[in-house]
Amino acid sequence: MQAQAQAPPPQPAKTKPLADAILQKFPGTTVDYVREKRLKVTTTPDKIKEVALFIRDELGFDHISCVSGTDWIAKNEIEVIYFVGSVSKPGQEAIIVALAERSKRDNPSVPTLIEVWPGAEYHERETHEMLGVVFSGHPNLKNLLLPEDWNDIPPLRKDYISPGR
Amino acid sequence: MTVESEYNPDADRIMNVALGPQHPGAGHFRIQLWLDGDFVVKAEPDPGYVHRGEEKMGEYRNYIQNVPHLERPVILDSCGILFPYALAVDELMNNKIPPRGQYLRVIMAEINRIVSHMYFIGIYGIFVGHTTMITWAMGDRDFWIDIAERIGGARVTFAYIIPGGVRNDMPEGLTERALKTCDWFEKRMNEYEKIFFKNPLFLERTEGIGVLTKENAIRLGATGTVLRASGVKHDIRKDEPYSAYPDFDFDVPSLTAGDCWARAYVALQEMRESVKIIRQAFKEIPSGPVRLKLGPQPRVPAGEVYARSEAARGEMSYHLISDGTPRPYRMKIGVPSFKNMIMIPHLLKGVHVGDIPPVYWSQNFWPVESDR
Repeated sequence: MQAQAQAPPPQPAKTKPLADAILQKFPGTTVDYVREKRLKVTTTPDKIKEVALFIRDELGFDHISCVSGTDWIAKNEIEVIYFVGSVSKPGQEAIIVALAERSKRDNPSVPTLIEVWPGAEYHERETHEMLGVVFSGHPNLKNLLLPEDWNDIPPLRKDYISPGR
Repeated sequence: MTVESEYNPDADRIMNVALGPQHPGAGHFRIQLWLDGDFVVKAEPDPGYVHRGEEKMGEYRNYIQNVPHLERPVILDSCGILFPYALAVDELMNNKIPPRGQYLRVIMAEINRIVSHMYFIGIYGIFVGHTTMITWAMGDRDFWIDIAERIGGARVTFAYIIPGGVRNDMPEGLTERALKTCDWFEKRMNEYEKIFFKNPLFLERTEGIGVLTKENAIRLGATGTVLRASGVKHDIRKDEPYSAYPDFDFDVPSLTAGDCWARAYVALQEMRESVKIIRQAFKEIPSGPVRLKLGPQPRVPAGEVYARSEAARGEMSYHLISDGTPRPYRMKIGVPSFKNMIMIPHLLKGVHVGDIPPVYWSQNFWPVESDR
């Protein structure tokens, strides 16, 4: 924050056009940050598949890097983020696009993106068991890392307290 | 539904077998197999036997306390899993790491890459019944562990790469010994190539087995040696240079075959490049401090970062969210073994039962890492 106040940050030459392209195509999305090698856009669960297909096919981000989720308990929301990179489009190897969506904490349900990035299958399964997000259309949402008989709230939710804490 | 209506003569041929979790090769990990005679018709990995909730633990500890427990999942490559963590915290805190610290980070990360690949190749030997390779690899690995011990003070888990730099400087007089080890190891790798990689028995067991095409490698999100063996020249050290890597001259080996042999051979080629990097780093290491004084509980400004680095098995990434409190709000560890796990059901489909060990182990899969 202080560094930004002293001098304006250099304009991210490669990620800014990507952010503009996404915003122009989907005016409803919000751009959370644009850094030199990182870009985060947030959309809604009903739009995410279109945005994901645009990012994959038009912008060339074909390689899933990670899927993460965050429990924003104060806002009563759960955020799911897809981090996608590009391995086949020259000049974009360093860039990671984070595609986020938020849904209500009580009954989080978002569409699966394994038709867009098939590598997301196990990542989504992990997000399902750890945060309780239901990926509609996912072929197999069984517990992956947790025991089959896990009988508690999803452990990465903020209101789950680890034993002994 | 009655029992009679479920009876299906075709399905009756299929036998369900569990490989692991007590299998000596599979590790703390199980693969459910559906077999038709000697062929696999379906495979499903079942991880989670060593899940310890590293991500939840991270939320209870501050940024420095998180260092020692984070390296536990990958004790073979402990610097590989701490490197992106340090990068993430440094990015949040806007730390400028001293050049000597950057070089030491690279030296230790590359030594760890060699140590991890040697284990990989050694166990590969066991999987295909080649006893010489395991004894050679396990023995030679120790010379690198000795150097790592002189720098990091421990043999396996060093907790060496920390936010703000590295924990301590290397001792004097180590350079000469390290350069000697580099020279010796380069010759030694030629011997590995002759006795193992060009061995007709090993070639017969691995060539053309478990082929992963370039399209599928990208589509399924493969990373590390698995991706590079399938013809994709993607290495974060080159593509998104971090730390001191832009200073060094090295190549990214990649092969196009995508079979079990290529996935093993690309690891040998990577060790050759690692030796090149280590030699340059020891020769050109600048003097000066190795770390910033951060204190036991550093103040990390609120923010969100996604940092990644090339660990021994592939892309290691951290999604770190700080809310300005002493502890992380969320810490997601994206480990390469978890990213590559989807290759196991994909590649095992249709292979002969005898080919399961090379197909499984050539993923460089480490169950403890994937479980976290």
